[in-house]
Amino acid sequence: MTEKYLQLKDQAKAHIDKLYQNKLVIKVQTGTSGQALGADEILKSLLSKTNDKTTILEVGSMGFMYLEPIIVVHQNDNKFYYGNMTESIANDIFDHYQNSENFYEENCFAYESNETISTKIPKLHDLPQFSKQLRIATRNFGEITPGDLFQYIAKDGYSALNKALFEMNPEDVLEEVKNSGLRGRGGAAFPTGLKWSFLAPSTDPIKYVLCNSEEGDPGAFNDKGILETDPHTLIEGLILNGYATKSTHSYVFIRQGHDIPINAVERAIKEAYTNGILGKNILGSDFNFEMEVSLTGDSYVAGEETALMEAIEGKRSTPRFKPPFPAASGLWKKPTNINNVKTISYVPEIIKQGSEWFKGTGTEKSTGTAIVCLTGHLKRPGMYEIPMGMTINEVLTDLGGGGSNSSDIKMLQTGGPLGGVLGKDAFDTKIDFDEMSQTGAILGSGGIIVCDESVSVVDLIRNLVAFNQFESCGKCFPCRLGNTHMLDVLERLCNSKSKPDDLKLLQRIGNSMKIGSLCGHGQLGFNPISSALKYFEQEIMTAVYNNSKPLEKMYTPTRTRPGELE
Amino acid sequence: MPKNKSDSENIRIRIREIISNQKRKTVTVLSSLIAIQDSLHFLPEEAIEETAVHCKVTINDVWSVASFYTNFRFTPPGNNTLDVCWGPTCHISGSQKLIGQAHDQLEINGEGETKDGKVTLRYSTCLGACAQSPVFAVNHKMHGKMTKNKVDQLINKLTK
Repeated sequence: MTEKYLQLKDQAKAHIDKLYQNKLVIKVQTGTSGQALGADEILKSLLSKTNDKTTILEVGSMGFMYLEPIIVVHQNDNKFYYGNMTESIANDIFDHYQNSENFYEENCFAYESNETISTKIPKLHDLPQFSKQLRIATRNFGEITPGDLFQYIAKDGYSALNKALFEMNPEDVLEEVKNSGLRGRGGAAFPTGLKWSFLAPSTDPIKYVLCNSEEGDPGAFNDKGILETDPHTLIEGLILNGYATKSTHSYVFIRQGHDIPINAVERAIKEAYTNGILGKNILGSDFNFEMEVSLTGDSYVAGEETALMEAIEGKRSTPRFKPPFPAASGLWKKPTNINNVKTISYVPEIIKQGSEWFKGTGTEKSTGTAIVCLTGHLKRPGMYEIPMGMTINEVLTDLGGGGSNSSDIKMLQTGGPLGGVLGKDAFDTKIDFDEMSQTGAILGSGGIIVCDESVSVVDLIRNLVAFNQFESCGKCFPCRLGNTHMLDVLERLCNSKSKPDDLKLLQRIGNSMKIGSLCGHGQLGFNPISSALKYFEQEIMTAVYNNSKPLEKMYTPTRTRPGELE
Repeated sequence: MPKNKSDSENIRIRIREIISNQKRKTVTVLSSLIAIQDSLHFLPEEAIEETAVHCKVTINDVWSVASFYTNFRFTPPGNNTLDVCWGPTCHISGSQKLIGQAHDQLEINGEGETKDGKVTLRYSTCLGACAQSPVFAVNHKMHGKMTKNKVDQLINKLTK
């Protein structure tokens, strides 16, 4: 280990000793999702009560969002997890542990200890929603304060960077990522090492690596989850990305308004600069690397790789024509690489533990894990990291806890609004890039929205197409008009005014969009309908031919359009 | 209502300050517009002109960006902003009924300001807390697992 890194390790140890000097430490999980239920108020309330016997620590979410707000009590090497907190229950728990070493059972959903403390409450490792996970990119979730450099280093953070800078050439790092089989987690599943190898040979003095955290997909929050829970994992991965491709600058690209993740990652970048992990001569090596956050306005298409560059340059986020490809001419016409947050967040562990270790998880062509966001009608909505190759059924049951109501799970919506709709026939599918795309949907960024029998498939696809219509950037007319036209037809279906040829018409529009659009937004725009037809043809046919009862009006943003389309 | 000259000059001074004090190094048309709206809550005409001058581009170039991103607005918003999510997870969790309720209680139809200017209603495609759907947000602060009663309370507080 190098001198600089050892010094940081010492500082980290001192920092941790100070944080845990008290016998009692209470962690409050305050991610975006926890704050939606008042976790920030609970933190404030506990902080106001704190004394010299107790440490209150803000940490990110552990992913069990169905139990939020969550607090975790550390006492005598035991950890007690409490869910569904309110200010007053959290205060009761605080008061209880002030004078007692006895276990406070109410609201406790799990604990960790070497001994058996309760027969009623399970240990955390006995919960399937924990034990079936394999946490690589999310290994620090719920454990550390977001953006706190020394807490991250105390968890062995930046040791992969230290190893790469002093024991490996850039070529070795690239080779390791290539060999790991890591594929892009943003949706396209392109081999990451191969992408990096397009950028590496360029000798331009300025080269960019960009991290795409735009994440406009409704139903997915794992990118923002990593940013707001463990931003240093991302920063370490991004520096490794820069080292492997001999790049000089990087941007973390995120939508304005998402203050919690933006603040966490900006704090992390600042602390990394202050401690010699970013900037000139990183950790005392001769590698220099700059990093900055770039904000975009609200635009879904800004997540497309070339549109993203336009947005960083301050223009409208519309896709560019390719070629030239980004590796040849990207941001400000310089050689550029773009990767999704999740993709980059795997890199530190791949370098630390080796590509063979990473390949040991997952399937042959989809190595490693998937970070899935489960939402909708199931018992345990949340964010879970699972080995690739698990079936959809296992994910829904073991992690999600099954349907939330007595009625069965009817369908899933996966891969964002351009992904697809899946019926029960597909629930045996393995979660893996290739198997998922054979179902007609995609794994995409990992969002899985679960719908029970109460949801009409026509209503769901109307919502998805309305989203795509609203978010079309307007550059190519097949996408701009096609989505509008499809939405009109779907509105007819929902209002019992369908015409006999409407299905054929949808097919024709979808086909034009596929062949006539520049980027995925138009090309994949028909996906929600085509996949729904695969599994729910009967229900859709009934809507078309029997004019079933009208669905409720849907509130969507107002938009300019060329009147009713036939 | 036309602004008088000194008002317009004052706002220009303020805007120039905002543009030149951005905390991130890379300054572009988009970053400047985001910074101005963060401070002023909307983009007055002067913002477009000053951004064009600062970034050495045409006024048309700036309008092209300002009109493209859906977060930008060109009139002052209400005192409080209520975001309602219509994304698919919130949709299947019953957000449409709650959005309808918000319309009725605020006495408006669609996005925009209430008559008394107290509240601006905006539709959001995703607020990022889907596990707690349906989600509303008041001035960027999220409110999850919304119900008829919670919407009622939230809006009563805003309109009081």
